[in-house]
Amino acid sequence: MANGAVTIRGLTKAFGRNTVLRGVDLDLPAGRVTVLMGANGAGKSTLVKVLCGVHGADAGEVLLAGAPFAPASPAQALRAGIVTVHQNINDGVVPDLDVASNLLLDSLAEGGAVFLNTRRMRAEARQIAAAVGLEIDVGRPVAGLSLADRQLVAIARAMAQKPKLLILDEPTSSLSMAEAERLFTLIERLRDDGVAILYISHRMSDIRRLADRIVSMRDGQIAGLFEDQPLDYAGAVRAMLGQEIAEMDIAIPAPGAPVLELRGLQLRPEARPFDLTLHENEVVAIAGLVGSGKTALAGVLFGLARPVAGEVMLDGRPHRPANPGAAVAAGVFMAAKDRRSNAVIPDFDIQRNLSLPFTRRHSGTFALMRGRSERATADATIATMGVVCQGPRDSILTLSGGNQQKVVVGRWLAEASRLLILDEPFQGVDIRARRDIGRRIRESAGNRATLVLCTELDEALEVADRILVMSEHTIIGEHRNENIDLAELTAEVAGTGPAMEKTA
Amino acid sequence: MKSASSFTALAIRYGFLVLMAALIVVFSIAKPAFMTPQSAVFILQSVAITGILALGVTATLVVDGFDLSIGSVATSALMLSAYVQVVWGLGAFVAVALCLAMGAAVGLINGLLIVKGRIPDLLATLGMMFLLIGLQRIPTEGNSISTGMVLKDGSTATGTFSPNFLMLGRYRIDFVLPDLVPLSVVFLVIIAALMWVFLERTRHGRVMYAIGSNAQAAALAGINVNRYRILAYVISGVTASIGGILLAARLGRGDVGSGNNLLLDAVGAALIGYAVLGAARPNAFGTAIGALFVGVLLQGLTMLNAPYYTQDFIKGAVLVVALVFTFALSGRIGRG
Repeated sequence: MANGAVTIRGLTKAFGRNTVLRGVDLDLPAGRVTVLMGANGAGKSTLVKVLCGVHGADAGEVLLAGAPFAPASPAQALRAGIVTVHQNINDGVVPDLDVASNLLLDSLAEGGAVFLNTRRMRAEARQIAAAVGLEIDVGRPVAGLSLADRQLVAIARAMAQKPKLLILDEPTSSLSMAEAERLFTLIERLRDDGVAILYISHRMSDIRRLADRIVSMRDGQIAGLFEDQPLDYAGAVRAMLGQEIAEMDIAIPAPGAPVLELRGLQLRPEARPFDLTLHENEVVAIAGLVGSGKTALAGVLFGLARPVAGEVMLDGRPHRPANPGAAVAAGVFMAAKDRRSNAVIPDFDIQRNLSLPFTRRHSGTFALMRGRSERATADATIATMGVVCQGPRDSILTLSGGNQQKVVVGRWLAEASRLLILDEPFQGVDIRARRDIGRRIRESAGNRATLVLCTELDEALEVADRILVMSEHTIIGEHRNENIDLAELTAEVAGTGPAMEKTA
Repeated sequence: MKSASSFTALAIRYGFLVLMAALIVVFSIAKPAFMTPQSAVFILQSVAITGILALGVTATLVVDGFDLSIGSVATSALMLSAYVQVVWGLGAFVAVALCLAMGAAVGLINGLLIVKGRIPDLLATLGMMFLLIGLQRIPTEGNSISTGMVLKDGSTATGTFSPNFLMLGRYRIDFVLPDLVPLSVVFLVIIAALMWVFLERTRHGRVMYAIGSNAQAAALAGINVNRYRILAYVISGVTASIGGILLAARLGRGDVGSGNNLLLDAVGAALIGYAVLGAARPNAFGTAIGALFVGVLLQGLTMLNAPYYTQDFIKGAVLVVALVFTFALSGRIGRG
């Protein structure tokens, strides 16, 4: 069993002051599928990058089939037999070339004859494709293939290298169920051929389908290893999310009139439709792993996507915003996740970042900005959110992460809304800023419905009156935030809870 | 350490203005004729058309775009206004209206190609540039337009440039001295002021800067990013056609060879503008100063008998120095 296995001992990696891997010990046996779980920032992708030669480790060692292994480049890792299929499928293929050239890309890159013999290349490519059960015309350009076929090409190309370890980083995130099933069949064949497989995913259905063993990562360390059958999925999720969940005193107010009503909403063709009602004066959190459908739901409400089926009613009228501008006009605001790419305007100062969605409110004749009005709003928001800064004209980039987050949340609290959606409002924020933001969200919630989306359960417990759990793009659980059974909640997040079967 | 970095900060903020003031002083001492109203007006007139085009391209730079078609829009407007008046015999008002409409239409097409067609801005506007350079030659079979020219069907063009139209390029208003300031300079000043107010003081300009800095975040703040992108190219097309009209009015004939340098000079002025007041971003004030800077430098050097053929080299050198000011220096203490 140890044959061909990868052994990792005491692996440490830091970027500047930020230590990402803190002594990782992990065995990846041949002929087994090891699933790696971890929240954002747990260190999964850094671990993968060390294994496939993108980063060097600071300390610790990796043994490949018993021999020390420290690849200096991705090409070297590949030659040593470590093959990685990245989340972004197009990293693995060259769309403009045909399938045959893609399959033989690594041997082409190594050099050889100056001129290419097309017929021999195609014959060789057909062999490689057949070896992974890929039935496809190797003369077709990759650009014309479906995402799933492209991915199989990337894997077939990788398999031509006779790998010892195959790493798949969220490979099903853009595949349909049928496509994913083809991939799983292939993975099982490779496993039976004795390849060690490291499979990174948040999708519980994938994990249940494939995992021989589960490893949970948290804060740069292995937080749990689960290999006794049957696998303890809830235990793995708990290890990944951490157990030190603080009890919070939430005084749940009486909810007001219904604001948002979802009827039979279906987010994906294969997902189960669900109903949901949000009330005034109520803060509802949706918990769920990455890819569970939280952001897809927010996208429907904020005019970024259309649902597959179902109705959305806002204050009793249909709500089908064509774009975010229409959503804002209808009174649905959203503070997007990933502030750096989705919220912060880096060239602007604090004041201008705050006023961005509501410039019309601060402008008068000929659309001229009214500086005094803008300034007054900025001063008020800075005070109520507790933004630590010299003044509203400081560049947004001079603020710490937590204070930047206060600005991008405060931006949407400056005007009255009917529904406020906060997608991961505590992302990359220290504990104090998190408490400030949570308190402010609750204080201001009186005249609107508030929907907070979070991956971390303790964040949901800190801020919400009601906690819903999403998995597989549907709602599978609902809890009033008092005396919650944490074990049941984590089980639902992991997609193994009893509510899975009974909720309509 | 602290004082060194604050000196750098001061140098970045005011360096370009100080440099320009120093140039004016040096030229005035070397050639007292440099410091006369006539000389100042000559400088302004030499940069008026370039400056107007540069202000337009600034709008596209603000939304993180680029418009390479401005030079060809200007020369197309030049040819169009000549064709309308000389061949069709129509009046000044129609000529101006058609040119402005043409500029707006080209800008709209550019914007749609970029926004809806998802063609990268440089490629879309480069394609449009070639298209217009070719198109403006087709009606006259590649010839320049002037009264008395022989048309395709063998007849002779009888129309003339309307006096009202020529006034746009040649009339001078009394300012300090009689008949001093040409209308083109007045247009430059007005367009610069309007563009500055639009970009710096209205919510539309504010939103355009937000798009240029982080388009994704702007879209998620509820801003219609595509509409503002298209607007920027329409502004650029219209200002370029104004530049073309003024050029036609100054020349008084539809000359196919004129306006070759307009694109490079205008883009240069807009990029030099990044360095003014340490803005490190496209801005209307900087663009106007950038155009003026080039004009001052060239006029001064010409008065000092620098040969004509060195001008492009000097413009290029100024541009490179300005870009160093903007990116190499301010990047170090700014965003890092």
